[in-house]
Order: sequence, then structure tokens, then C-alpha cells
Amino acid sequence: MSLYIKYPKYLTAGESCVVVEFADEIDRGANDAVMNLKKYLLTQKDISIVECLPTYRSLAVYFDPTVVSADEVINAAKSAPELDGEECASSFTEISIPVCYGGEYGPDIANVAEHAGISEEDVIKRHSSKSCHCYMIGFMPGFAYLGGMDESIATPRLTNPRTVINGGSVGIAGKQTGIYPIDSPGGWQLIGRTPLRLFTPEASRPTLIEAGYEVRFVPVAEEEYKKIEAEVAAGTYKPLITEAK
Amino acid sequence: MELIIRKAGMLTSVQDLGRWGYQSSGVPVAGAMDLPALRIGNVMLGNPEGAAALEVTLLGPEIEVKGTGAAVFAGADLGFSVNGKAVGSWRSVVLKDGDVITFKGPRGKGCRGNLCFAGGVYIPPVMNSCSTYIRAKIGGVEGRALKIGDVIKIGEPAALWKKLEGFCLPEDLDPAQDANAPLAIITGLQEDAFTEEGKKLLFESEYTITAESDRMGCRLEGAKIEHTEKGADIVSDAIPLGAVQIPGHGMPIIMLADRQTTGGYTKIGVLTPLSMEALVQKMPGSKVRFRRADVSEGVAEQMRIKEAVRRAKELRLSHVSRTHSEAPKPLFGHFILTVEGKRYEITCEEI
Repeated sequence: MSLYIKYPKYLTAGESCVVVEFADEIDRGANDAVMNLKKYLLTQKDISIVECLPTYRSLAVYFDPTVVSADEVINAAKSAPELDGEECASSFTEISIPVCYGGEYGPDIANVAEHAGISEEDVIKRHSSKSCHCYMIGFMPGFAYLGGMDESIATPRLTNPRTVINGGSVGIAGKQTGIYPIDSPGGWQLIGRTPLRLFTPEASRPTLIEAGYEVRFVPVAEEEYKKIEAEVAAGTYKPLITEAK
Repeated sequence: MELIIRKAGMLTSVQDLGRWGYQSSGVPVAGAMDLPALRIGNVMLGNPEGAAALEVTLLGPEIEVKGTGAAVFAGADLGFSVNGKAVGSWRSVVLKDGDVITFKGPRGKGCRGNLCFAGGVYIPPVMNSCSTYIRAKIGGVEGRALKIGDVIKIGEPAALWKKLEGFCLPEDLDPAQDANAPLAIITGLQEDAFTEEGKKLLFESEYTITAESDRMGCRLEGAKIEHTEKGADIVSDAIPLGAVQIPGHGMPIIMLADRQTTGGYTKIGVLTPLSMEALVQKMPGSKVRFRRADVSEGVAEQMRIKEAVRRAKELRLSHVSRTHSEAPKPLFGHFILTVEGKRYEITCEEI
């Protein structure tokens, strides 16, 4: 617990933003504390906040300094009830992401299998066997930073990045796994693709995955992939999201 | 009113105060680079301060006007003209059908501004904002900069817009800063990631804005700022507007409107709002210096900007409500009527 002795830190970032830091490294407990503080501040109607941005280890609170002061924001943050560890561990939101692995959907799965010294089937098994935690969304619209992938399938990035990667591609970069939300260049090892749309600008909730979610990859055959793809295009697909308490 | 884009200009895009509320989805804020100018330009026309406008960069567009309306160019003098006649910045002009808006080019006093129209640029908002974020093709006109042939709709102007002709902003309300003043950094964040010598260099040296600067970041070149043994990388956290980020190469990058929501480089602090206003008007090749500031200075500047917006609003009202001595007194202005206990706010306009 020595990690928490000097935390949380309350930092001003210019006159319009306060950053509450819970750690300086990737830490699940710190990330849970970030989400807890975000939830609490959003219920504090007497403190006028423009926006809260959760990251791995800190919460950035943006406000209008002509309406509320940094001290008032910090005091509100300090009044947040401490996180009850048990409560946190037992309540979570899990989203299932169907993925068609290998083939044209995941052209680099052989690289990952070779690097791990296992079969492609085992790569799929290990990638989908345990859920990953979404620490934050950042880097590009809808990009989820996921932690907790089975480290036996960790693989370095491609030495020669691709100029275009299709949105929905699922990849591995070192110990991280992630999904490209929109078409973009990149150097991750692509092992599969999801037919779901991770980022929909015109939707009321533009991102499918939110910070704090557990993400479970579910292997599907190409036929199933195409069926879901059609449902997504028609707007009839409902992603499987379960909340546990 | 509609605008027909006959020449796009160097980089002309629809911007408002930015797409706030979606950073936790990884969506950058974007918005006008010169925010105080946009706010003041809008209220000069009777718009809400966050109405969408066309952000013009260095070499402006050529625009044909369909219908009638009013406009003001809020920002650095880029030679804003109507039918070849110079109007300049901070002066409202009434536009009639067939008028042609051109820009004669920068006058050496800055490189961007907002072409505001009474009624605002009318574009369906995406995630509550009209701002264009070109990298992810979000907002504005198809998520891109304007191009030849685009037709832009202007919203319904506030009453009395015809009386805006010649309304000028008093010089003391122009948000433009002394271009030679050092830029103020509210220090903090990962300030302890830099050596004492590094920090000393930052505040004592002159830096040059490089040509790689864009709406995302202003890259500087000059004395290298050393990090302590902890290094230049941190676990990614939020990047506020104006953050002074210093990666391992030791050269500062100031994060602007199109900055990513999060990043993994050390930040020594954040520029004050008026220093940001001064910075975004500087051309590549310009020299900048820095000084230290604290939070209270940043708050005082935000208050000053808010007060300038309030006064510009007031001045517009008194400009459009003034009477002409030579003409018979027409009926116009603002009235508040109470009928059977119900309050009505009425604006009258002469036709």
C-alpha cells in the first residue's frame, strides 16, 4: 500500500483544469479510484463542471474558472467517499466483442502464434479466455486502452507499420491488446476483426466501450461475423452488455 | 443567407468553442484557435458567443454572398474586404445579395481569425458541436476544410442586424496581446521531471516556432530542456489546452485546439488564455520567450475576456438602438411588456 501514501495528488493544470492523480503507474486500484471519483463528481450538481476525463491513473476535471474556483473543485474531490475495495471488485460492466480470428481478418495471427510457440487455435483461446479491463479511452476517438491480456501471447509491434488498418481490427502490441475504432495507420499485429462499430459520431453514446468496462472477446466464425455485420449496418444489433453486482 | 465558396483559402474550416463533453470517448475538443476573438466577434453580431464561424488561416477564402446579412472578421487583420473595399477586423459590415468577400492577405499582425456571420454558420452539430476535427473527419462540412463549390447556410440573424453597419470594437476590447511579451506558463503538473538547469533554460532562452506547427500543436526549437533521470515518458494522462509538453528530445510542444485528449509526455505547465491568444497568431519562424505565472493570473485573464465579451454585447445593443436625428423617429429597439402578468420581451425593427 506504500503506493498510496503520497496519493491522491491534487494538481492544477492551468486555470481551467484540476488533475487528481492516484498513481504514477498503471495500477488497477488507482484506475478504480479514478472511476469512483468521476462518478461522485458527476452527482455533485452544485459544482459546475464542464467535463471529467478519466485516464489510467488520474482524473482531469475541466471547469469554467469564472464560475467555480480550482479550490472549490479540489474540495469537492476531497469530499468523495473512499472506494470500498470489495464493492468495486464485485460490481462491473462486461461487454462482449465478437471477433472473427485469423485469415483475412487477422493476417498477423501466424506471427503471434510463432512468437508464442503455440498454435493459432491456442492464440484465439488465450486471447478470448479472460476479459480485459478498459483503463481509459484515448489516442483516437473510441480507442480503448485494455489491460490484462494473457501475457504469453504478447508480441512486439510490426517493424513496418501498415498505412491503412480497417476499423474493427483487433491487434496486439507488446502486452497490450486493442481494437482500431476507425480506419487508421498502425503497427499492431492484427489477429482478428469485430463487425461492431466502436465509434459512431452521430450516436448519443459515441463509443461502444467505456472506461471502466470489462471487455470479453468472443470468437465467431466468418458466417456469424457477416450476419452481425449486416445487423450492425441495419441498426438492429444489440451488443451484449451485462452488469454484475 | 448562403455563402458560396469560390476559393477555399489556405485552411478555412467551420469552428465553434469546441466539442466539450466527449474527451472521455477519445474525441479531441478542436474549436477555434483564437477563442476570445470568436466570442467577441459573435456577440458583436448579436449571436451567442459560441456560434459557429469560419476560421480563416493566413490566406483567406473568396466567398459569394446569396441573400442579405451581416458579418464581422474577428481576429488578426488578414485584409478582409467586401467587393474589393477593405473592411478590416473588428468592424461589422452589412452584406447584400451578390457581394463578394475576399482577403487581401496578412498584414504582419497575426495569421488567423474568425469570419462571423449574424445568425452563425448553420450546420447540424455532431456531438453538440459544429467544430471541424479534420484528422477523424468529424463535424463542420463533411469533417474537412472548405473547398471550392461548398455552399454554407447562415442561421437566422438576431433582430436589428441591418443597423450593424460600421459597428466597431473599441481598441481596448481587442483581445490581441502585445506580440513581444513573454508567454506566461502556469507551472505545475510534471514540473519535477525536469532538471533545475533545464527549467532555467526554458525561462531564459528564446525559442523559434517551427514550420511543423499546425492546429494540433505548436512545435518550438531552441535550448534543449533536460529531464531528470525519471525520463520524459509518463503513463498517459489528460492534455489540457495550452499544455507545454516536452518529450525526450527536449523541445517544447504547446498543445493547441486539435490536441489529442491524452498523451504520455511530461508537461511543465499550461499557458494562460491570453498567452494562448498571442501564440496562435504567431507565424512559423517567430521567436517566443516564456515567464512563470500562477493560477490566479490565468483566472484574472479569463475574467477579463468575459468582461470584454459582456461590454461588446452592451455596445452592440446601444449601437443598434441609436436614433437618427434627420429621419422621423422610427419604432425600434427593445421593450419589455407585461400583459396579464405574463412578461414579454419584444424587439422591433424598422423595415
